[in-house]
Amino acid sequence: MFDPKKLEAIRRELQAWEKNELAGFQARKPERKRSFTTLSARPIRRLYSPADLEAFDYSERLGYPGQYPFTRGPYPTMYRAQPWTMRQIAGFGTARATNERLKFLITQGQTGLSVDFDMPTLMGYDSDDPRASGEVGREGVAVDTLADVEELFDGIDLSSISVSMTINPTAWILLAMYVALAERRGIAKDQLSGTVQNDIIKEFTAQKEWIYPVKPSLRIVRDSILYSVRHLPHYNPVNISGYHIREAGSTAVQEAAFTLAAGIAYVDEVRKSGLDVDAFAPRLSFYFISHSDFFEEIAKFRAARRVWARIMKERFGARKPESMRLRFHCQTAGSSLTAVQPLNNVARTAYQALAAVLGGCQSLHTNGMDEALAIPSEEAMKLALRTQQILLEETGVASSIDPVGGSYLLESLTDQTEKEIWEYLERIDKMGGTVAALERNFFQQEIADAAYGYQVAKEKGEKTVVGVNRYREPEPEEPTIPLHTVDPRTEQLQKERLARAKRERDAARVAKLLEELREVARTDENLMPVTLECVRAHATLGEIVGALKDVFGVYREPIVF
Amino acid sequence: MPPHPALSPTGGEDEGEGGDNMTERKIRILVAKPGLDGHDRGAKVVARALRDAGFEVIYTGLHQTAEQIVATAVQEDVDVIGLSILSGTQMIVFPRILELLREHGATHIAVIGGGTILPKEMRELKAMGVVELWGVDSSTQEIVSWLQARFR
Repeated sequence: MFDPKKLEAIRRELQAWEKNELAGFQARKPERKRSFTTLSARPIRRLYSPADLEAFDYSERLGYPGQYPFTRGPYPTMYRAQPWTMRQIAGFGTARATNERLKFLITQGQTGLSVDFDMPTLMGYDSDDPRASGEVGREGVAVDTLADVEELFDGIDLSSISVSMTINPTAWILLAMYVALAERRGIAKDQLSGTVQNDIIKEFTAQKEWIYPVKPSLRIVRDSILYSVRHLPHYNPVNISGYHIREAGSTAVQEAAFTLAAGIAYVDEVRKSGLDVDAFAPRLSFYFISHSDFFEEIAKFRAARRVWARIMKERFGARKPESMRLRFHCQTAGSSLTAVQPLNNVARTAYQALAAVLGGCQSLHTNGMDEALAIPSEEAMKLALRTQQILLEETGVASSIDPVGGSYLLESLTDQTEKEIWEYLERIDKMGGTVAALERNFFQQEIADAAYGYQVAKEKGEKTVVGVNRYREPEPEEPTIPLHTVDPRTEQLQKERLARAKRERDAARVAKLLEELREVARTDENLMPVTLECVRAHATLGEIVGALKDVFGVYREPIVF
Repeated sequence: MPPHPALSPTGGEDEGEGGDNMTERKIRILVAKPGLDGHDRGAKVVARALRDAGFEVIYTGLHQTAEQIVATAVQEDVDVIGLSILSGTQMIVFPRILELLREHGATHIAVIGGGTILPKEMRELKAMGVVELWGVDSSTQEIVSWLQARFR
């Protein structure tokens, strides 16, 4: 990017500055720390300049938005044409309770929906299962049958708003329920847009909601991708997620590298079925965290786009640009929030949201200030949404594309992040690929080590958490902000709904369909069509999961800490 | 953390290692994740900090029922059960664990825990018999120091 002669002159000027200006100044006023590091413990230098970008080739490294290697963004106009989707997640209690929250968020200007399910739904237990006791509707909405999904989206036009569902080992069932609901309402499948998380690899490595062993779990993901590609042209059948990897304690580079490694595994899995990479790669979507270290995060998003583009082009031979462009949802960092001085979380979240937008996210969830204490209240969610609206409509940061691109620091950090991601991907390949690395606990151990390293640094005071290890205040007896409370009737109400659904259905037909499901599971045929039949007949989520446990068995966790 | 004379009234026939049996042994702590929730970062970090501080740590892994946790605690003859809960189920799980310990005649096992637990809930749980609780902003050193003081 720079003329070699000019670069040489800059180097000389820089040396002179260090000698004549900096040295004397530092002697009088030492810097406040001996070394400055990012949140992921990478060193950050005092000053970045053209000297740091010696080999920087603008056209090759950055290019233009909407073009390979997509560093500057996946689309040519970015937020000038299509602001990021403001997608606050919601889910608690019964379908009715969550439906009200979704409608509230729409009236407040939210532009996409996102649903969180309770632990039993995520793990494949019906609300009347003993394992579900105490957890029904607590951390998300409870779903047992199609009737619950109908109520969840009651009065919401699914042909005009996109819906993201945070669900993994049971994702294929929720996808089937969503499709069945659309059929009942007469919505054409090509009108459905949205996302199902369906990223089982990061469940094994980080989020830890699993049911079946690794290989049948991957087959389920493959089947849902294949079904979706064939029938739902505007739907994202998998949302390859780094968020949970980071929340489990990884570094920024690990988050990006392990997520892209999962992406590689899914592409491999689907290609094995014979489908051309360009037939499905455009529908792969991603999900990253936006954590507290501002520039490290922006660099991560840009580097991830660049690496993915090259993976798709060179490793998989994709030809369509849409196969190479990484699109991602983003969420601010839950683990950065503090239970003490909860209003501080509003400031944290706003900075993290800014980093997400400067990094070019396609949709964003900003956390509620109360999320270190409880699931978010309506008031906390509204403020978090307003934070995004202020960002879009008042600050001006969405007017120009990749507005911090070209910063010497940011480009250096983007290059460095890219290099470190490639190093991880090479290590993973040497281990035999993502699945082999997963089975060796490589990811789990790396994440546990990083989490512990950060905890130690925090406790030594090397990493500041305002209100926790600096600027502490006496703790009030009670939280100073209003919190969401769990409706104690939820579990009972949900069990009654489930009992009614079971009474009103054709039990013999359900039993027959569940047996068909087992049969299909024993072959390599796609599980989606028969699952759709099951949910239409009001088979429960727990019954469907149970039928496949009979065939696939269950996953056993290796204990790593 | 120096080795500590066994506190367990039943304990210590089989230390598994042979050697200087029974007179002294490390404090044994079961770190447990009850329920279906998968947030295990805190449990693992605490488990490792306790191990580094010289305690003998057993980690249950995820998705444990209260029955499984108490059975493991009794079988492993632990001195302490530490529960990590980020799913909002603390007011159900802790009482259930205490009840099961009573049923097993194992009330000598101290129950402690941490997670997204509100101050009011902490007070109620302590009144029920939970010995100590920590919130999400706590340091592992606070937990280590507390255990060292208790078992000094």
